[in-house]
Amino acid sequence: MLAKRVIPCLDVHDGQVTRGVQFGRAEKGELRNVGDPVELAVRYNDQGADEMVFFDITASAHGRATMVDVIERVALRCFMPLTVGGGIRTLEDMQVMLKAGADKVSINSAALANPDLIRQGAEKFGSQCIVVSIDAKRVGPDRWEVFSHGGRKPTGLEAVSWARRAVGLGAGEIVLNSIDADGTKAGFDLEITRRTSEAVGVPVVASGGAGTLEHMASVLLEGKADAVLAASIFHFGEFTVSEVKRFLAQRNIPVRI
Amino acid sequence: MIALIDYGAGNLHSVEKALRYLGADVRRVARPSELKEAQSVVLPGVGAFDDCIHALQKQELLEACREFIASGRPFLGICVGYQALFDRSEEFNSCAAGLGVFRGPVVKFSGRDGLKVPQIGWNQIEIDRSDCPIFRQIPSGSYVYFVHSFYPQPTDESIVACRTEYGETFASAIWKDNVYATQFHPEKSQKVGLQLLQNFVALSNN
Repeated sequence: MLAKRVIPCLDVHDGQVTRGVQFGRAEKGELRNVGDPVELAVRYNDQGADEMVFFDITASAHGRATMVDVIERVALRCFMPLTVGGGIRTLEDMQVMLKAGADKVSINSAALANPDLIRQGAEKFGSQCIVVSIDAKRVGPDRWEVFSHGGRKPTGLEAVSWARRAVGLGAGEIVLNSIDADGTKAGFDLEITRRTSEAVGVPVVASGGAGTLEHMASVLLEGKADAVLAASIFHFGEFTVSEVKRFLAQRNIPVRI
Repeated sequence: MIALIDYGAGNLHSVEKALRYLGADVRRVARPSELKEAQSVVLPGVGAFDDCIHALQKQELLEACREFIASGRPFLGICVGYQALFDRSEEFNSCAAGLGVFRGPVVKFSGRDGLKVPQIGWNQIEIDRSDCPIFRQIPSGSYVYFVHSFYPQPTDESIVACRTEYGETFASAIWKDNVYATQFHPEKSQKVGLQLLQNFVALSNN
């Protein structure tokens, strides 16, 4: 049976893994330094992470160059799927990351500004390479709006229909990040995760809000997510990846142990 | 020397890194003549069947791979490199003819029971042929990493080395004589994948 995936996310700033508390705070310097990305990646690899996501939170030319170096070094030691996001705007940016050793690239604001980038990326590198990351915020009882630019800019788009459109254009996976839940450790937004997962025929990765082991189980069961992504709970040593997986296995969720 | 066929496949670098990590003497090979001195060949692949076949054809590597296989030296196909061993694909508008080493079509997942296509992620292998050298020290039930929408249906069931279930049960690896092939990506399957590649490296050194 296909296993549900547990994915640590590493936010990289100036070659170091950092963690902001909530959306937008990183830019104001409210960051906690967590450590060297390669060392952390190797640690999570040893703990049995199913995949890793590296996110360039500087999204600058300098940040991208640093990220290429990070991915190259990680790919020499970790033989698992690697995804890179943050500041990827063109096919060339994608190519550079894939060549460095990434298996997938994650695009967000660039896809909103130019949806055709999804199609071009999928045609050139295959759908399996193209992840579309969506930052969604609840704006009404039945409505989630997509925000761009790290959750700062409203787009007027409804989250589920944007996810559908992205998949139609060739996205091979959707990362659904709840702006309301991100950094709160109060649990994932189950509702928007489930709606998205039921609406698209590609895997949906739930992101934002993981605080307890029960949160992880809920978003996989009730939220119908195919994978969970988390940062803080791994970085600050609250849980190891293997602890998460053992817990999920006890809840009869298929995981790779 | 292990010749890694370089025709622009997306996972070329990952496969190369994994083989080097294991200490193998691996060389990227883009011309048929370079296969002559190889002890073994790895044919990587990810993406579309036709793209793979056309690229191989263009570099005259299709016939070179057939000849290499006929020479009896170890050959490993990965993902589309596995599918390429068959006659033909049912991929949309496919008209390319594969290596034709094995009979059978390459078909698409039905997506029944709401299963998502492509299959992306870790799934288990049930090993039919525990005597298969590349599965040495790999237990049945191990998880390996898959990214694919299509899979081959070998006419000759006896070549099926392991099976995986995803809505339907399919041949996730095959073995016949000197030819080994996996639908999953050993280069992305952590310890299990490295063990499989290590086993192949050992065969190459024999």
